[in-house]
Amino acid sequence: MIKARNISKSYNGVTALDSISFDINRAELFGFIGPDGAGKTSLFRIITTLLIPDSGDMQVMEYDTVKDYRELRKRIGYMPGRFSLYADLTVEENLNFYATIFGTTVKENYHLIRDIYSHIEPFKKRQAGKLSGGMKQKLALSCALIHAPKLIVLDEPTTGVDAVSRTEFWEMLKKLQKEDITIVVSTPYMDEADRCDRIALLQSGKIMKTDTPGAITKSFDRNLFAVTAKNRFNLIQKLKEYSEIDTVYPFGDSIHITFKSVDRESELVKHLSDSGISDACITEIIPGIEDTFLNLMKPAGL
Amino acid sequence: MNENVVEVENLVKKFGSFIANDNLSFEVKRGEIFGFLGANGAGKTTTIRILVGLSPLTSGKVSVAGFDVTKQAEQVKKRIGYMCQKFSLYEDLTAEENIRLYGGIYGLSKREILQRSDSLLNRLKFEQYRKRLIGDLPPGMRQKLAFSVALLHNPEIVFLDEPTGGVDPFTRRQFWEMIYETASKGVTLFVTTHYMDEAEYCDRISIMDEGKIVALDTPSELKKRYKTKTVEDLFVKIARG
Repeated sequence: MIKARNISKSYNGVTALDSISFDINRAELFGFIGPDGAGKTSLFRIITTLLIPDSGDMQVMEYDTVKDYRELRKRIGYMPGRFSLYADLTVEENLNFYATIFGTTVKENYHLIRDIYSHIEPFKKRQAGKLSGGMKQKLALSCALIHAPKLIVLDEPTTGVDAVSRTEFWEMLKKLQKEDITIVVSTPYMDEADRCDRIALLQSGKIMKTDTPGAITKSFDRNLFAVTAKNRFNLIQKLKEYSEIDTVYPFGDSIHITFKSVDRESELVKHLSDSGISDACITEIIPGIEDTFLNLMKPAGL
Repeated sequence: MNENVVEVENLVKKFGSFIANDNLSFEVKRGEIFGFLGANGAGKTTTIRILVGLSPLTSGKVSVAGFDVTKQAEQVKKRIGYMCQKFSLYEDLTAEENIRLYGGIYGLSKREILQRSDSLLNRLKFEQYRKRLIGDLPPGMRQKLAFSVALLHNPEIVFLDEPTGGVDPFTRRQFWEMIYETASKGVTLFVTTHYMDEAEYCDRISIMDEGKIVALDTPSELKKRYKTKTVEDLFVKIARG
């Protein structure tokens, strides 16, 4: 569905994308995972023909993103990161407007948006600017789908959205995938990576890795341990002092650590109890996407 | 250590007939990291705007840092710090200019501003970015600087509204270490976040739903009570239930 080769883009000497290559299959749910400033939005604007790369080639459905932009725009649905529907039009007016632009009607493709749009239909006379965050997101997705695109590109659709609405949103995407729609999505939430078929980890304009979430976590190349103790801040300090430890990252209610060369769990427990932490508990764990990301990334901008 | 920095009693806030905050009562203690959670539209922002003296309440009693937010809003504002993800520092000013601006707003003397900006930039190892425009700094760095600026006037409590949204996982953790360190000095932190792993870092969390606080305790106590493994599961259970 998408074939990208050595795509680069920079703005006034600042590199946003650094020779990126990837392939995305038809009806795949593909995620670009990376923090702000990683290059996600630039990449998405290139896929949707809104930005021309400095170098490299990209083909979407056999069309060239630069030369054949007119053909492509008919076939792509795009949901930008910033809410960009008309705030002073109602829900209904926005949807009709987008349908008309693409030469279709809401009725014709209603089956595609029914599940999503039904949540906001009771508010169809309300101005889009007055909707809550979750409702805006559903309207934006409906508008991106109304011309029955083969590919939808969603730039951080779940940023700033609470955990419950996020789960619902991903369930909607899974359903769309069954309609033979290819979905490209970006997110800064690492825990959402597991919901994609394949992901690319993006950092500072480069793809660090592309694979299924499972294969990516399997690539974690050493043993990972979780340490817990009641006084967490003190525990972090003491762990950082210990010379045999390589990385110390807080993860929810535990601290994830790796050792430099040899795993020294029992020595560590002794070190901690010598330092006044007697309730430390250490267990080996299976790494997640965020562990892998931290392992692969170099601290940004420092 | 049991002194309350925030005291909220029967707080009600209505917008027309819509009840955004429905009879809230809670306290936040000095030096505590308090996680203020809830789904979008649950009423969190409304409460925060009342606590920082930006929005009048309909009824109830709210005091922050020992002052009544209705009658002594100016006293409250001097003793609190605030930062959020959407706006924190001026992007078209340099790091140094932002510090000077905020120092000036909080009535610090020129000497104090100079001293504090030196030690602040030094502590963050940001000296080389002193003359850089904020807009040119990576988001994570901006947020760390914004947090430090919110602490410039030595507030008793700092409100952090989604301070780590979109920040990379490495910097997000550095940010939380700054929060821990700040709390260990006796400053109170009032934090909202959509990262549920960050909720686990808080001393106590409250979960708001449809204008009401439906749960308030330590993360471990709440997980036990609702029989969930993580705060994420807890949140989904409460907000969907």
